[in-house]
Amino acid sequence: MMFDHAKHTLPARPGVGYKPQHFAEILQDPGPVAWLEIHAENYLGDGGRPLAQLRHLAERFPISVHGVGLSIGGEGTLDEAHLARVARLCDWLQPASFSEHLAWSSHDETFLNDLLPLPYTQATVVRVADHIDRVQEVLGRRMLLENPSAYLAFAGAEMSETDFLRELVSRTGCGLLLDVNNVFVSATNLQFDPVGYLADFPVESVGEIHLGGHSVDADDYGAHLLIDSHDAAVVDPVWQLYRGVIARNGPLPTLIEWDSDVPEWPVLGQEAARAARILAPV
Amino acid sequence: MSQSGFVMALLDPDLPVPDGLIDGAGRPAGRRFSVYRNNVVGSLTEVLEKGFPVLQKLLGAEYFAALAKVFLRSHPPETRVMMLYGAQMPAFLAGFEPLAHLPYLPDVARLEQALRESYHSADSIAVAATDLAALSPEDFISARLQLAPTLRMIRSQWPISSIWAANTKETAPKPVMRAEDTLILRAEFDPEPHELGQGAADFIAALLRDETVGTAMDSAGSDFDLGATLSLLIAGNAVTTITRPEYAQA
Repeated sequence: MMFDHAKHTLPARPGVGYKPQHFAEILQDPGPVAWLEIHAENYLGDGGRPLAQLRHLAERFPISVHGVGLSIGGEGTLDEAHLARVARLCDWLQPASFSEHLAWSSHDETFLNDLLPLPYTQATVVRVADHIDRVQEVLGRRMLLENPSAYLAFAGAEMSETDFLRELVSRTGCGLLLDVNNVFVSATNLQFDPVGYLADFPVESVGEIHLGGHSVDADDYGAHLLIDSHDAAVVDPVWQLYRGVIARNGPLPTLIEWDSDVPEWPVLGQEAARAARILAPV
Repeated sequence: MSQSGFVMALLDPDLPVPDGLIDGAGRPAGRRFSVYRNNVVGSLTEVLEKGFPVLQKLLGAEYFAALAKVFLRSHPPETRVMMLYGAQMPAFLAGFEPLAHLPYLPDVARLEQALRESYHSADSIAVAATDLAALSPEDFISARLQLAPTLRMIRSQWPISSIWAANTKETAPKPVMRAEDTLILRAEFDPEPHELGQGAADFIAALLRDETVGTAMDSAGSDFDLGATLSLLIAGNAVTTITRPEYAQA
């Protein structure tokens, strides 16, 4: 089989997080959707429908594999058995991209199934960089690391998130996945300026953008506390920030992330079309 | 703050929020920490609800959510692959005193977990009915049948097949109290439970031990319906290899 370069690079066009209920519609009429993203951990079974669907989709679309379980920010060593399973999936699928989170999700044998926060210190940089090195070594490819959504901060922080990410990029050569909704959520929750954050973000290392929806809660003092719930449409202020990023840096592969209360396919298609208009204005 | 302290506080809402966590103005994080507590409990509860829909129906959504909370705090995942999280649910239920009056629940959970396992098991190519029919009677008796990795069998002293059907199909009859053997087959992508007739579970258990068809038939007793059992296995694409004696010895 000839190596198809187009399938092994994410195009600077809209993609969506793949949901099995959309399988038939995606194949029939993807609209502006040019690529798909899957969560690695949902495709680590031995067979059955998930892998069969993925095989079909990968014949037609570039695929981005997004890990949610490697716990790159964990205090302990990486789970080598899990990393090997992810590597097996990537070897088989030959995805256009692999990304994970700046977060931790397990401790010893316990997996918490959530993305937990890290203090931005020199000690954390060293540990996370070691883990990224190991992932890139085992997968044999450069990975993208995603900025988290924050609900709280650490009293012992020694540097900003953007400096922390820049330091990781320079130590490991990894790329970044810029989640603009996460920036908006964190900026609201921790009261900083998202425009200033984005101006300071090492955008030259960004290989992919995420756009998702959030829900609104309140903290102990009645201030807005935004939850990165991926259960709604992207809000206007996030589109505004995204427009600024694209205007400044040119088009980038852009994912619409909608993981719970997943809508009908046309609604996702409309979100992707909105991103397409920003990526390639007529 | 260590991650182990963070984890303990995540799983135990009676523990205080760990020190050193603040909001944007430097005040203690307070209920901001609860976002993580809620995410952990909410996401794992959702995994269990998806994995054990019949259990949830039998207990009611509210009771199941409360049960899930007790389960996930005492048995947090030891795997990062959520498709099979809940493997310890049957054992947990067996020891869960408040539900001791519903003694069939652990086996219902076993059945649902087996369905999940089957769904994600490896694909294989099945033999056709004509392949079996082509064997001479002697070859048939001494053949060994390899079964698909998607096949699961659960033997229970409770009518779990009927309970499962009554809670998933509109037309299923009301379960009657009796022992039932259930065979899960995945003909293509969707695993289906089938209630087995007399002796069939002994027959299939022998095949799984790699006994010959003849030995398996002997273990199944006199009321065993060989034709019906073979038809079920063939229709479920569950026989993947027929090993005839001359090949076995070669």
